[in-house]
Amino acid sequence: MTNGVKQVYNNSITAELDIQIFIEVKKMTKVPYEVYTEEVDTLSVLSPDGEIVNQDLLPELSDDQLKEIMYRMVFTRTWDDRAVNLGRQGRLGFYAPVSGQEATMVGSEFAIEKDDFICPGYRDMPQIVWHGLPLYQAFLYSRGHQHGGQIPEGVNVLMPQIIIGAQILHAMGIAMGYKLKKQKQVVITYTGDGGSSEGDFYEGLNFAGVYKLPVIFFVQNNGYAITTPFSKQTAALSIAHKAVAAGIKGVRIDGMDVFAVIKAVRDAAERARNGEGATLIEAVTYRFRPHSLSDDATKYRTKEEEGEWSEKDPIARLAKYLEKKGLWTEEDTARVKEEAKAKVNEQIKKAEQTEKMTVPGLIDSMFEQTPKHLEEQKADFQ
Amino acid sequence: MAQMNMKEAIRDAMRVELSRDPNVVIFGEDVGNVGGVFRVTEGLQKEFGEERVFDTPLAESAIGGLAVGLGIQGFRPIAEIQFVGFIFEALDQIAVQAARMRYRSGGRYNSPIVFRTPFGGGVKAAELHTDALEGLLAQTPGIKVVVPSNPYDAKGLMIAAIRDNDPVFFMEHLNLYHAFRAEVPEGEYTVELGKANVVREGSDVTIIAYGLMVHTATKAAEELEKNGIKAEIIDLRTIAPIDIDTVIASVKKTNRAIVVQEAQKSAGVAAEVIAQINEKAILHLEAPVLRVAPPDTVYPFAQIEDAWLPTPARIVDAVNKVMNF
Repeated sequence: MTNGVKQVYNNSITAELDIQIFIEVKKMTKVPYEVYTEEVDTLSVLSPDGEIVNQDLLPELSDDQLKEIMYRMVFTRTWDDRAVNLGRQGRLGFYAPVSGQEATMVGSEFAIEKDDFICPGYRDMPQIVWHGLPLYQAFLYSRGHQHGGQIPEGVNVLMPQIIIGAQILHAMGIAMGYKLKKQKQVVITYTGDGGSSEGDFYEGLNFAGVYKLPVIFFVQNNGYAITTPFSKQTAALSIAHKAVAAGIKGVRIDGMDVFAVIKAVRDAAERARNGEGATLIEAVTYRFRPHSLSDDATKYRTKEEEGEWSEKDPIARLAKYLEKKGLWTEEDTARVKEEAKAKVNEQIKKAEQTEKMTVPGLIDSMFEQTPKHLEEQKADFQ
Repeated sequence: MAQMNMKEAIRDAMRVELSRDPNVVIFGEDVGNVGGVFRVTEGLQKEFGEERVFDTPLAESAIGGLAVGLGIQGFRPIAEIQFVGFIFEALDQIAVQAARMRYRSGGRYNSPIVFRTPFGGGVKAAELHTDALEGLLAQTPGIKVVVPSNPYDAKGLMIAAIRDNDPVFFMEHLNLYHAFRAEVPEGEYTVELGKANVVREGSDVTIIAYGLMVHTATKAAEELEKNGIKAEIIDLRTIAPIDIDTVIASVKKTNRAIVVQEAQKSAGVAAEVIAQINEKAILHLEAPVLRVAPPDTVYPFAQIEDAWLPTPARIVDAVNKVMNF
């Protein structure tokens, strides 16, 4: 292999080198036309058994922080369980389940600062809620109410994006804004394995590379773009490899491992803040549930596959680790579940009690000043 | 007052706003170093620096997305799409992301963006460089569409567009960049978006047009005058929203109207103008309102462009039809 890519990270890495977990382009040497064929390892810190398999890459986290991460992951799973039921009862509209992806969602948000900016895809509600969007607004968004997207002042997130990949370009633009204003914030944007096939994905990575922007492109590769498997999404060896073409850093991590997620995002954010540019993170994960409430995953996934992935459950493995450290018990999990249920119940009621949108209100939300023709059209609805 | 062609007037507008407001930034393909393929932004990078006026990689969707992101950050981006046919590559960012930002966020975010693009026929440019695609955006809720016909309006409309807190699609007719010079005031002034202008007064028939077609209509009006027909010409200037009040006031005076557009005939601006005349002034009409527009084909290859575009003769024919109805 002469001109491939190589992941500098490996199990014997030393502490002072541990920032270099990224794929690097090696110099072209002898065979200029050879296709990159070198595979990359998948960065892992916490095994499914709850063991630390790479002490050097373990992110620094206090006991309180560890418990907080666990709290948020259990809360998110319970919220997801409840949301699926609420959807079936017709109390929510479009809802994209998140179970299985708690490590990527909770961990990546935990790894950035409160004033950093999040540009989510449609499934990434947990990240923006943990970043500050009130839960009832997330429910309102699902119920098709405009107030769902009315992000409170001081909460640096966009509304979930429906057009796959469009948010990647917004993240790039917001990151350029920080750079032009000489502010130190970073932007993180999310998409899935399907999203990495979009033109906007490549355009966003490319611009971020050219302008060296403080942005993190976080791909949650959960194996399926609705029903289409990853094998039919790309012939690239990994999504992380796509960073090479844009001249930015790339890394592939175990997305069921919250420590690997936090490590990768922290390193990427630090690099971004230091003016070293963008990073593409591919987190290999799995959604335990179907794509949406109207999808049937049994049509395209096997029971065996689902079973294999449930063994890798991000919450179970963190629980094992924390239990061994004496930081968590089954009672804690039960307590958080109850808290989450109560919070969901309270917030869905708040969403249901929020005043309905009106057509005149809709009309007035189109422009800063409603033009005359729209004022006239408004009269028909008053 | 300085004499400027339309290109210089648009450049002057951007220079005024770059000087006045540090949040104004300009970017697009080739707009920085050389000032764009038509040199509309020539000299601005040198004057204001590479952080204010810069070249982008060649990717229209990303240019649109960059504008949306910078808009969220409080900037006032002026994003150039190099030729109008290339907007299809950026249509999600323009017509969905920018145009819906205020609505989707309930007013928390907005897109104070000017998307500039050259368009229009008569210069024998390459395929997809000249199409009149204004109808696509005119039908898109949440975005304003401006088509200036002369240097004075172009500068004032551009300054108004840059200061507008909602997205504006600003279409610059290729055939008007260098067509003629006119007096343009120095410094800042605005021409209000959504206001039409009566560019020629007349009492017999109203000709509604915009962009290059204002000049084609003026030639027709000169011909008609030789036969004693006094045509009033309305330059819409902004086609979304349309200033229907100015149109209706004229129609109530002349009782006859035609609409001229460079875009294909069906489902376009002319159809909308006629619908609104019907809604507001049908009892004032002495004849049906006719359209002068190219057929519903693709915008043609350069060789038959002249035959395809509306001509003064076709406008005269249409006026004669409504006069003799």
